[in-house]
Amino acid sequence: MDDLYREIIIERYKNPAYRGELEPNDITFEDENPLCGDHIRIDLRVNTEGVVSEAAFSGHGCAISQASADLLLESIIGKTLDHVRQLNKEDLLDMLGIELGPVRLKCALLPLKILKAGVYGLGEATDELLEEK
Amino acid sequence: MTDSTSGESSLNCWKNDFPVLKREVRPGVPLVYLDSAATSQKPESVLTAMDTYYRLMNANIHRGVHTLAEEATAEYESARSRIASFIGARDPSELIFTRNTTESINLVAQTWGRAKLQDGDVIILTEMEHHSNLVPWQMLAAEKNLRLEFIPVNDKGELDLDVYQKLLLLEPKLVSFIQMSNVLGTINPAKEIIQMAKKSGALTLLDAAQSVPHFSVNIQDLGPDFLAFSAHKMIGPTGIGALWGRKTILENMPPFLGGGDMIKKVLLRSFIANDLPHKFEAGTPAIAEAIGFGAAVDYLSAVGMENIRKHEQRIVSYAMERLSRVPGIHMMGPDQPDRKGGVISFTIEGIHPHDIAQILDSDGVAVRAGHHCAMPLHDKLGINATTRASFYLYNDESDIDRLVKGLDKAINLFG
Repeated sequence: MDDLYREIIIERYKNPAYRGELEPNDITFEDENPLCGDHIRIDLRVNTEGVVSEAAFSGHGCAISQASADLLLESIIGKTLDHVRQLNKEDLLDMLGIELGPVRLKCALLPLKILKAGVYGLGEATDELLEEK
Repeated sequence: MTDSTSGESSLNCWKNDFPVLKREVRPGVPLVYLDSAATSQKPESVLTAMDTYYRLMNANIHRGVHTLAEEATAEYESARSRIASFIGARDPSELIFTRNTTESINLVAQTWGRAKLQDGDVIILTEMEHHSNLVPWQMLAAEKNLRLEFIPVNDKGELDLDVYQKLLLLEPKLVSFIQMSNVLGTINPAKEIIQMAKKSGALTLLDAAQSVPHFSVNIQDLGPDFLAFSAHKMIGPTGIGALWGRKTILENMPPFLGGGDMIKKVLLRSFIANDLPHKFEAGTPAIAEAIGFGAAVDYLSAVGMENIRKHEQRIVSYAMERLSRVPGIHMMGPDQPDRKGGVISFTIEGIHPHDIAQILDSDGVAVRAGHHCAMPLHDKLGINATTRASFYLYNDESDIDRLVKGLDKAINLFG
């Protein structure tokens, strides 16, 4: 457990760098984890070369989902949408650096599902989005 | 069962009867189980009753002529009688075995509701219902174009009976409500709500999933038309529950599921339904579970429901007092312990319920985090999720101390 709440998670939860909303934006998507009601919205601004120039998340959730969203958005600033499309579950878990049980894994992965559903322009954030490379 | 019958002072004896409470969650971390509102732990006597059935008399019930079948049938029907008298029912044939409270409510919706309700009919529910007493009526309402109305919950976590009085002017066909909230702990004035419904000509269904396990519930005193509850929340097994219904009403309801045991006679193109209660029990039922359910009410009766209520009130008072000193805490529901059951849902500023539950788990303390199958109630309260600690006869003050210690740890981590 102490590993689960390592300093970076707590720090990101308390002082997120990418919390907020972007209006106007180029890509926005929101969804929730129906099990716990955690809700996240992600907004992106993308330049003409298809590179993510700004990113922000809003909504509410536990420390794991919020820290995950913050770290994920930090990792995609300056990257192309093609790069974002190729992100998978392992990439995000590497960023978090923690071992998670099945229930909390859903918290950690919610931001990635939402980000990819937005970038692919899909109607819903499905688990399949976590696998593809 | 060990010496469990001598009231409050034998507290530790009760705890000793529940084998799982002796385990460690991980080496050196003993279990503190504060999730009984989700499901309760099971005493040795219940486990033994079910094990004995499988080891010594396993056979299908009814119709069998051989010795084992007769013994199993006798045990199954004896369990039904004991459970019926546990809630004050005089006629065991009014007690139908179902899978759980949810199935009991669905049974009423799909048989009585489908046969008797028509376009525009009104059903009154409350804003504090568990999903199990919302969704079955939403499904029926969509099918039959019914109107659902809700008794609101006020700031204290109690039902607004003035609004209820006005809703009754709509001449509802049914008032269906939870006796004790699984989130707020509120014990609703069931008798008063039922009497008011009767005056307006409505039938009543009492969702007793959280009440029957924790205090004395007597249908003769309360006067509902239907009562639904589950074994697993009252130290019995999962997979079995009960629906008690008034005989005259049950007799006039069409059957629920079709199949064996629920029939008197079957022709190729038609059937004649069996008598109560078998009419509503199609197929081979959960026999071992029914026998375990019987052993559970035997245990609770021996302890005495008044003793359990008294014990839980003491725990709740102690918990509310200890928790009120936790920085940033907000407790839901009535603030007087005598108006609530053994459930405390709370939030702590700046810490998400999932994180609280996870940190508590690292200390072996099992609580629940989320919306507790009452999403509309959480919407009404303006919160997304809560952490819930719930108590039963096997908890004591030391469990609350461990809970508070775990919360201090969470606050330090996030502080």
